[in-house]
Amino acid sequence: MTEDILEIERLTAGYVRGLPILKDVSLKLARESVTVIIGPNGAGKSTLIKAIAGIVRVTSGTIMLRGKDISGILPHEMAKHSIAYVPQSDNVFRTLSIIKNLELVLKNSRESTSQRIEELFSQFPIIREKQKEKAGSLSGGQRQILAVAMALCNRPEIILMDEPSAGLSPKAAQGVLEFARALTREGVSILLVEQNVNQALRLSDYCYILAEGKNQLDGMASELLEDPIVGQIYLGGKRVVET
Amino acid sequence: MIGVISYLVFFTTIAAILAIAVLGLNLQWGNTGLFNGGVAAFFGAGAYATILLGGTPQGEHIGGFEIFYPLALAGGALCAGLLAWMVGLLTLKLRHDYLAIATFGVAVAFESFVRNTSVMTGGALGLRGFERPLEALIENPFLYNILFLLVVVLVLASVYVFLQKLLHAPFGRLLRAIREDETAAQSLGKNPSEVRLTAFIVGSVIMGLAGGLYATFYAFISPQDVVPTLTFQIWAMLIVGGAGNNLGALVGTFLIWAVWTGSGWCLSKYAPVEAQIYTGTLQYILIGAIIVSMLLWRPQGIFPEKLVISQSGD
Amino acid sequence: MIQGLLDGVLVGSVLSLGAIGLTMVMHTLRFANFSHAELLSIGAYVALVSDAVFSAVLQPLQNIISPFSMTWALALSIPVSLIITGLTAVAIDRFIFKRIRDNGEELSMVFASFGVALIIRNLIGLVFGLKTQLYSDDIVMAIILSTDPLLLIKPDQLLVLGITCIIMVLLHLVLTHTTFGYSLRAVAENPSLAQVVGVNLSKMVTMTWVIGGGLAAAAGILYGLNNQISPIIGKNLVLPIFAATIVGGIGSIYGAVLGGFIVGIASSFALLVLPSGYSPSVPFLIIICVLFLRPNGLFGEARV
Repeated sequence: MTEDILEIERLTAGYVRGLPILKDVSLKLARESVTVIIGPNGAGKSTLIKAIAGIVRVTSGTIMLRGKDISGILPHEMAKHSIAYVPQSDNVFRTLSIIKNLELVLKNSRESTSQRIEELFSQFPIIREKQKEKAGSLSGGQRQILAVAMALCNRPEIILMDEPSAGLSPKAAQGVLEFARALTREGVSILLVEQNVNQALRLSDYCYILAEGKNQLDGMASELLEDPIVGQIYLGGKRVVET
Repeated sequence: MIGVISYLVFFTTIAAILAIAVLGLNLQWGNTGLFNGGVAAFFGAGAYATILLGGTPQGEHIGGFEIFYPLALAGGALCAGLLAWMVGLLTLKLRHDYLAIATFGVAVAFESFVRNTSVMTGGALGLRGFERPLEALIENPFLYNILFLLVVVLVLASVYVFLQKLLHAPFGRLLRAIREDETAAQSLGKNPSEVRLTAFIVGSVIMGLAGGLYATFYAFISPQDVVPTLTFQIWAMLIVGGAGNNLGALVGTFLIWAVWTGSGWCLSKYAPVEAQIYTGTLQYILIGAIIVSMLLWRPQGIFPEKLVISQSGD
Repeated sequence: MIQGLLDGVLVGSVLSLGAIGLTMVMHTLRFANFSHAELLSIGAYVALVSDAVFSAVLQPLQNIISPFSMTWALALSIPVSLIITGLTAVAIDRFIFKRIRDNGEELSMVFASFGVALIIRNLIGLVFGLKTQLYSDDIVMAIILSTDPLLLIKPDQLLVLGITCIIMVLLHLVLTHTTFGYSLRAVAENPSLAQVVGVNLSKMVTMTWVIGGGLAAAAGILYGLNNQISPIIGKNLVLPIFAATIVGGIGSIYGAVLGGFIVGIASSFALLVLPSGYSPSVPFLIIICVLFLRPNGLFGEARV
């Protein structure tokens, strides 16, 4: 059993006082794992991720990061806690050039900015080519790559991703998810929200199902993929066990 | 004694006319969330158009068509609606601040138009030459004013009942739905910008109606009556009363109108003569302070909007 | 014609400076701030007071900087006014707008700004009187650039253009060459993402007000140099400044600069065809044209 890096206990959170979106949600993120949150629209999946990032107000419950409660942090303090968050849409600054997008994320970093950017460029050659162009000119897939590169800038231990494959072609979506998988081998733990349930379950270790702001079910991704009830509800009822 | 009563009649008439405009604004802001920064223009359009349509011919001036009074009044209200339609069409699909700026701009443009287009509006001197309906028949001015007040109250009551009915009809629910969650309303197959445009026009027609009555009461209208101050006053009335609540809007109107006229009276009576030119200045500061402190400490107004729980779908 | 262009550019420089701050505030805080133009008045009057204080304390400062009508005391007052107005803008936000935001009444902020504008404008009237004032009673002769067509320019007007250029170049350098500048642009484009990548939003909001207030003060002083100072500066300029932000596209700083000049020049040309009484409505006509032709302005993007 691996150790948990993030442990959420009975979390209640929402946008408006007295109207919680999340009710008593608990979740654990194992170190160097990919954990996926799935559920119907309005289940509170994105809200959960935003609550961890400090964007949504937490009313009760704890978010323990390496044994320390970080609930109620401000979003701009995330990097200090080695967390990065990739929003679903509008996740790059379209009016800034690619290199300035990266420099901005690195502005509080103690590392040499140019050296770190160089490393990221060699990891993602496609954005090196276009480094002087405005991020708004990138295609959807390239924008997603830049967003991930921005998330990686400060060498986070945890990356929160809100539907990273949304709006991408099936192939690009597969690429993003595989890349997330690859990151865990470098010591990163990943928590992501996905609509693309089948694909996500295949590439993750553990899965939580939320509905109406509450925990419904959780388990090893491979087991849930085989689970007839999950198949019925989320995989369109015609789950085919591909061989 | 008769002096006091006749002043009270005068006060109530003006307050009731303003209350009609406040109800129009409440439909736009309180019920639909549309910021109208140019109430004075829609009020003024109704006022000028009513006098132009119903007045007697004045030499070289355009206007003075001597149209049957109720038709002239309706024509005035319609003009206000036409103005709203033009502005709304251009701005209601955009971010909400565009509407705020454009309506504010309409009011500025309207004022400069009536101030300068003398051939039609009488310029800075304003429009005269209007015979109040039935005035020739009722010789006693006191009696006439009481009758006028009754008519105004009747109009106010009809507008009130109309709006209450409207808000409880499906259209009212639609307005609230759009105000609270535009995307959700859109997904129900309703076109939010069309619904908002309708609410904006209806609200402006009501303001135009108030303007028409106002001009009729004085048998006179001038640019001085359509300055931005009017917009502020009407807004303050709505905010103090409670946006979204029509009864609150009525109470707010009488309260603010009392504060406004009362402060003016006190300043003219007790302030030293050399300070008299600052009467307006002090009144504006007062209104500004009322607006800001209401928003800071009681944003829901004296009478908050009643939460209407729509039937749940289960 | 050329004289009209020249006058338009002068008015435009004032509008541009005012519009930069307004567009930043409108985009970051999501409300049309009707009290922004009052910051121009505050700036003009702070400079007036500071000018008097400097002149009284140090006599030699009363000398004018030839060939302009500006004295050394007024020159020193410019930075004083920029700072005080910037801080005033922050204070207004702290005590009024921020509280309303925190109450969750964001839509009411537009309305609160109406109230704030009324209060500021009339307090100025109460303290300084309703009459118009001038920084200097000295009359400096205009330079004749050409006699046919007759083209006049006052040394002060050149000064205004010069100062505007310097401020804009400085602002451009800050925006394009410093991390602070990127952060500011990032906040203007997408405040929530800016926060996520580590920008301290509330600090940036404060800086937005400081810069917006400072630029508005500069605009107010330059307006005062060319025209007169009166409590209704804000009332007269609020619509043209809004028009400039809409022409440029709300949120675009460079758009605001260009928008200011476009509105200034268009208003000045409009005087050639329209009687001067109608000039207050010109910005409205410009707004309507832009909304009709290009609703999101020259550089703005459609936003949900």
